[in-house]
Amino acid sequence: MTGGGVKVWVLHLTLIAALFAAQFLLSPYHATNLARIMVLAVFAMGYNLAFGYTGLLSLGHALLLAAGMYAAGLPAQLWGWTAGPAFIAGIAGGGLVAAALGLLALRTAGVSFMIVTLMFAQAGFLTLLYFAPITGGDDGFAVAAASRTLMGFDLSTDTPRFLAALTIFAIGLCASLALVRSPFGRTMVAMRENEERSRMLGMNPFTVKLAALTISGLYAGAAGAAYAILFGYVGASFATIQYSILPMLYVLLGGAGTTLGPFLGALLMFALIEAATGITTAHQFIVGAALVVLVLFAPKGILGTIRERWARWLS
Amino acid sequence: MAFGPFLLLALMEGLVTAAVLALAAAGLSLVFGVMRVVNVAHGEFYMLGAVLAWAVTTMIPGPPALAFLAAVLIAPLLVAALAAAADGLILKRLNYDPEATIVATIGLLYILQQAALSLYGPNAYPVTAPFEWRIQLPWFGYSGYKLFVVLAAELVLLGLWLFMTRTRAGLIMRATQVDRSTAQAFGVNVDRVYMGTFALGAGLAALAGVLIVPIQQAQYLMGHDPLLLSFIVVIIGGLGSLRGTLIAALVIGLSDGVISMFFTPTLAKILATLLVAMVLVFRPQGLFGARA
Repeated sequence: MTGGGVKVWVLHLTLIAALFAAQFLLSPYHATNLARIMVLAVFAMGYNLAFGYTGLLSLGHALLLAAGMYAAGLPAQLWGWTAGPAFIAGIAGGGLVAAALGLLALRTAGVSFMIVTLMFAQAGFLTLLYFAPITGGDDGFAVAAASRTLMGFDLSTDTPRFLAALTIFAIGLCASLALVRSPFGRTMVAMRENEERSRMLGMNPFTVKLAALTISGLYAGAAGAAYAILFGYVGASFATIQYSILPMLYVLLGGAGTTLGPFLGALLMFALIEAATGITTAHQFIVGAALVVLVLFAPKGILGTIRERWARWLS
Repeated sequence: MAFGPFLLLALMEGLVTAAVLALAAAGLSLVFGVMRVVNVAHGEFYMLGAVLAWAVTTMIPGPPALAFLAAVLIAPLLVAALAAAADGLILKRLNYDPEATIVATIGLLYILQQAALSLYGPNAYPVTAPFEWRIQLPWFGYSGYKLFVVLAAELVLLGLWLFMTRTRAGLIMRATQVDRSTAQAFGVNVDRVYMGTFALGAGLAALAGVLIVPIQQAQYLMGHDPLLLSFIVVIIGGLGSLRGTLIAALVIGLSDGVISMFFTPTLAKILATLLVAMVLVFRPQGLFGARA
C-alpha cells in the first residue's frame, strides 16, 4: 500500500475522466443506470472503509443509507427544502446515526457486532414502517420536483443528474483514496490486522473504529440523500436487510480493502443482473450464488487478487 | 369476551408459538453451540419444511392423518440431507470461519428462497390438519391440533435432551463443543460431528415448519420471522444451553402472544429487536457463553 502514489492517482483520475466521457457514448437508459451505479458505489465505498479497511463486518448499513435518504427526503417533503440543504442534511443524518450505532455496537466485536448491527437496522426498518403516515412505509413517497433543483439545474433530467452523481462519486473516491493513504488510514488497517498490537502501540481502538464507522456513515448518508434527490424516491424498502447485503456483495466482488473495488463490484453486479434478466428472473439466486462463490473461491475479490499477484502498488 | 378468558386465549396462542419457536431455536442453538456457526439460513430450513410438507401431503393420497405423518417423517429428513450437503460443500471448505460462514449462509438464504419462489410460487397454500378436533372450553372452542403441536414439540425436545445427555453420540457432540482439537486427538471424527449437527439443527427447524403449516399456510417468505425470533431466543437464553433456550422460548412465545393482543405487532417487534441488541451490547458474556 506504500509507494506508487502518482500511478494510483493517475489511475483514479483516469476512471473519473472515463466516466465523464461515458455519458456522451451511452444511451440515456444506460447513462441513468450508470448514475445509479455511481450512487450505489458511494454507499459501497463507505462500507468498504468500515469492512475492507477497518475490519468491521456490519450487517446494518441499510440503516445508514436510509438515515441519509430520510434526512434528505423528509425535510424536502415536509418543509420544501431544496436539493443543496437536503443533501447536506442527508450526509449529517448518515454520520450521526452511524456514530450513535457505533457507540453501542462497537462495545462488541466479530459475530456479536454483526448481529447487533443487524438487529439495530431491523429495528430502524420496523420504526419506518411504524411511522408510515410520515415515512410512507413500504410504499414510500416521491420527492417533489421543486426539491430536486440545485442552483437552477433540474436534477431530475438526464445530464444534470449524471453530472451530480459523477461529482459525488468523484469526491467520494478521491476522499477515500486520500484517507486510506493517510496516517489515519494506516491506523484503520492496524485495527483490522491486529487490534491487540495496535492497543499496545498506544492507539485507542474504540475511537479509531468509531471514527471509521462514522466516516462510513457519512458516505452511506451521502448515497442515500443522492438517491432520494436524483431518483426522486424515498421508501422503507431501502432500510431492509437486502440493502445491508448489497454493499457487502459489491465490496467482496470488487475487492475488500481496495479503493476501486466498490465501484467495480457495483458495476459488475449490475451488469450481471442486467445480462441475466433475459434468461431468468431469479435475481436472488444470482446474488446468493455470487456470495457463496466469492466467499469460497475468491475471498479477496477481483482487485484484491490483482493486487496480490501483479500490482502491489494498487491502494 | 371477558378479560380472563381473553388472556387465557392469548396465553394458549403464545404457548403454541413458544413450542414451535423452541424447536427452531434449539436447532439454531445446537449449531452455534457445537460448531460456532451462526446460520442465517436457518429460517429457510423452517420454510422448506413447511413447503415440503405441502408437497408431500398433496402427492400422497389417502386420509389427511396418513399424509401428514408422511410429511412429518419425509420433510425434515430431506431438509437435513440438504443441510448436510451444504455443510460438506460450503461450510467445511470455509474451515467454519465465523464471519465467512455468515456471508455464505446469507448466500444460502437467497438461493433457497429463490428456489422456493421459482419452484413453489409466490402464493401461500394450506395443508389440512391430520385431525379435526375441537376442545370446547366454557368461553371458547380451541383447536385440538394446536395442543397436539405443543405436546409433539415437548416430546421432540425431551428426546433431543435425552439424546444429548444419555447417548454416546450426544456425548461426542458435547465433547466437540467443549474442545474441538482435544476431541479430535481422542479420535472423534469432527467433520462427521459437524455435518451431523448441522443436519440435526436444520431438521429441527424443518420439523417446526411441518408442525406449523396446518395452522399457518406455507409460503416462501415465511422463514423471516422465525429466524429473527430464534435469534432472539438463542441470545436471551444463552448459547449452548438447551435449558436456557427452552426457557427463553417460553418467555418470548408467551409474551409475544400477550403483547400482540395489546400492542401492534410492529411495535412489539421493534421493542424485541432493540432489547436483544441491548442485551448483546451490555451483557455479551452471559449470552454468548464464555467466548474467549
